[in-house]
Amino acid sequence: MTNKELQLTAANVRKGIVTAVHSAKSGHPGGSLSAADMFTYLYFEEMNIDPKNPKDPGRDRFVLSKGHTAPGLYSTLANRGYFPVEDLTTLRKLGSYLQGHPCMTETPGVDMSTGSLGQGVSAAVGMALAAKLNGDSYRVYALTGDGEIQEGQIWEAFMFAGAKKIDNLTVIIDNNGLQIDGKIEDVCSPYPIDKKLEAFNFNVICIDGHDFDQIRDAFAKAKECKGMPTAIIMKTTKGKGVSYMENQAGWHGKAPNDEEYEQAIKELDEQIAKINEAEV
Amino acid sequence: MGEVIKIATRESYGNALVELGQKNPNVVVLDADLAGATKTSTFKKAFPDRHIDCGIAEANMTGIAAGISTCGKIPFISSFAMFAAGRNFEQVRNSIGYPHLNVKIGATHAGITVGEDGASHQCLEDIALMRTIPGMTVIVPSDDVEAKAAVMAAAETDGPFYMRFGRAAVPVINDNPDYKFEVGKAVVLKDGTDMVIFACGVCVAEALGAAEKLAADGINAAVVNIHTIKPIDKDTILEFAKKTNRVFTVEEHSVIGGMGSAVCDVLAEEYPVKVTKIGVYDRFGKSGPAGALMKEFQLDAEGIYNKIKASV
Ligand SMILES: Cc1ncc(C[n+]2csc(CCOP(=O)(O)OP(=O)(O)O)c2C)c(N)n1
Ligand SMILES: [Mg+2]
Repeated sequence: MTNKELQLTAANVRKGIVTAVHSAKSGHPGGSLSAADMFTYLYFEEMNIDPKNPKDPGRDRFVLSKGHTAPGLYSTLANRGYFPVEDLTTLRKLGSYLQGHPCMTETPGVDMSTGSLGQGVSAAVGMALAAKLNGDSYRVYALTGDGEIQEGQIWEAFMFAGAKKIDNLTVIIDNNGLQIDGKIEDVCSPYPIDKKLEAFNFNVICIDGHDFDQIRDAFAKAKECKGMPTAIIMKTTKGKGVSYMENQAGWHGKAPNDEEYEQAIKELDEQIAKINEAEV
Repeated sequence: MGEVIKIATRESYGNALVELGQKNPNVVVLDADLAGATKTSTFKKAFPDRHIDCGIAEANMTGIAAGISTCGKIPFISSFAMFAAGRNFEQVRNSIGYPHLNVKIGATHAGITVGEDGASHQCLEDIALMRTIPGMTVIVPSDDVEAKAAVMAAAETDGPFYMRFGRAAVPVINDNPDYKFEVGKAVVLKDGTDMVIFACGVCVAEALGAAEKLAADGINAAVVNIHTIKPIDKDTILEFAKKTNRVFTVEEHSVIGGMGSAVCDVLAEEYPVKVTKIGVYDRFGKSGPAGALMKEFQLDAEGIYNKIKASV
């Protein structure tokens, strides 16, 4: 995909996020929107996957360790063709296959059930380890929050992946700077994240998580790197794409009301029009 | 009759902590990035110096609380029940339970009434886990009045406490001059002769509703609120089992190991009688509005009534 196509897709993923959360009247837009470009790149460009065959044993895997951002994953899966985009409005409703947090037994395309922070990277390490044991060539991707890495288990997983040279694993850290109670450095600072990961024997790449050239380049470097797992630390804006949500901790886990929803869709439609107008 | 007042017990927890903070300078509150949801933000606002946000690191928070308590502080640690009891079980068992430390665990968002967040956040196993720890007091308050009283009692009593609070607003049922909270002492809310319903937490109000429906059918059910699961009130359980010879238990928890199991432990040894456990039957929760889930899991008054009618 061209950057323009990726940008358009990401804008539609964002519309799906806002629509799903608005319909559910609860859920987590902030961290879904900050990672929307990354979700888009993974599922539309990077990963070797087939929406018609979501359980293909040879597929690349993705673990959403920050499971509360399920709306981001669901919207991406829907836009990629795993299930109808219209179903996004069933999010969190009684009987829906789109549970509040990702559930691999309910939703096609979800590779791991998550929601309790800090556990997903370990599961991703397990999947990557299985590829090594079985001689398979698939790659494994995990996305964590920058607040989430306060969990000790995350560092147990990092230590293991570094020590065991799990080089088919790429961990992405969404450095949007915010968690629920405020700025990550005020609550309990995990900085410097890059130096810590380097010390854990990771190939560390720092990028702007809203720049598709940088995202593309980072994954190319990750694939080239042998003997070390890769960590992509991406600087992002929490709530990216919806002006009143941007950099607001209050929009971590809150749904827009009808008026706010209209405003968000209007802004995203304007972004889409702008991308369409732009020269390639 | 006035309108029924509803308040979530997590709200009561936050309010009680502020009251406690004024009374006792040794009270400190530890959080794991959920100050808003667990309502400890109220305490944080009143006593910023005595509120410690540990970040998203519940196990570490539990260990810090253990340490701080050995130096004369009274820590209240706060998170969702799933993490406070579930993720932290072994830390609670070995760093708080085994040395019998004066740590109070305020676990909010217990059970299916968590609602839309779904199964990963709906802890249905915490009563079972916590009551197996020697010396742990386990309290499941049914309303605002009881939740506040439980927090006060926990602060005044040495040793580890686990308190289970809910996310959803529940009716205030204990707002009367006769109400007295005593750790380990069940509260008889309605006397009866045909059967006894032992309930805890959000299910107490629902059990009262079910008893009303049963009364309309000519069935006289007693309703007893077992707010303390451990130490359990053997005397009251035996008294009502003997009086009615038919026992039901109702809880927003797995029927494996919860309050119903604790009641069965007492009765199996001292007065074997038929017990029907009403709760969540060996399954996970799911996403949906709290009220709809209570209905779906047949834990609302109607569901409890139907279950009881089907087995008498
Ligand atoms: C073990 C655990 N503790 C607490 C929570 C509640 N919780 C959900 S999201 C969140 C904050 C996450 O912040 P961050 O990782 O920075 O995510 P993002 O900013 O990308 O949304 C918390 C504390 C949880 N889901 N799991
Ligand atoms: Mg964050």
